[in-house]
Amino acid sequence: MIVITREDFSVDEVLARLRTSEMGALVTFTGVVRNSSRGRDVDRIEIQVYEEMARRQLEAIREEALMRFGVEEVTVIHRHGSLKVSENIMMIAVGAAHRAEAFEACRYVIDEIKKRVPIWKKEITPEGDFWVEGEP
Amino acid sequence: MRIKVRYFASVREMIGLSEEEMAVPADSTIASLIERLKDSNEPLRHMRNLLVAVNGEFADAEHGLGEGDVVALFPPVSGG
Repeated sequence: MIVITREDFSVDEVLARLRTSEMGALVTFTGVVRNSSRGRDVDRIEIQVYEEMARRQLEAIREEALMRFGVEEVTVIHRHGSLKVSENIMMIAVGAAHRAEAFEACRYVIDEIKKRVPIWKKEITPEGDFWVEGEP
Repeated sequence: MRIKVRYFASVREMIGLSEEEMAVPADSTIASLIERLKDSNEPLRHMRNLLVAVNGEFADAEHGLGEGDVVALFPPVSGG
């Protein structure tokens, strides 16, 4: 499942929907707003998304993870809008028969999101607002 | 022909618009569109890494544009 939303999510609820009796391993990654970045205090962040393209890219990455690692299910939730320190930004949940492929698939999904899903963070700090640019 | 150009993140702030419709020559490519935008938007000339998508897929400079295409311009992504 792929979700792009302004709303917060519950890790427990996501796992409850994801899990099946075939799974022996559930791996999750949760990205959270940190209170500092590159030597500056961060008050909050704003996340902008090119939603149609982000959804297609996330669907493609999910399919790749399912095929490459043979995991049972992958869910990605990514928020946008204004988020305060310690709020959830995004989560990945992977359900698999065994832990090795669950960890690998989760790592693959976050690495690909960082490369090719059109979502951008802006850090709101006491020194001004700064867009975060990823590696091209 | 007419295309739609969408801008995101720092590019949106440079241009001052989230999107615009534009009439471009029939043989336009991504490269020719970007040159034209740089002529009218000076800050865009200093952007080192400008990424481009056409109709929701990443595209390179040689990509030819067609009637009704939606072109998106944005900096390297920073989600996750």
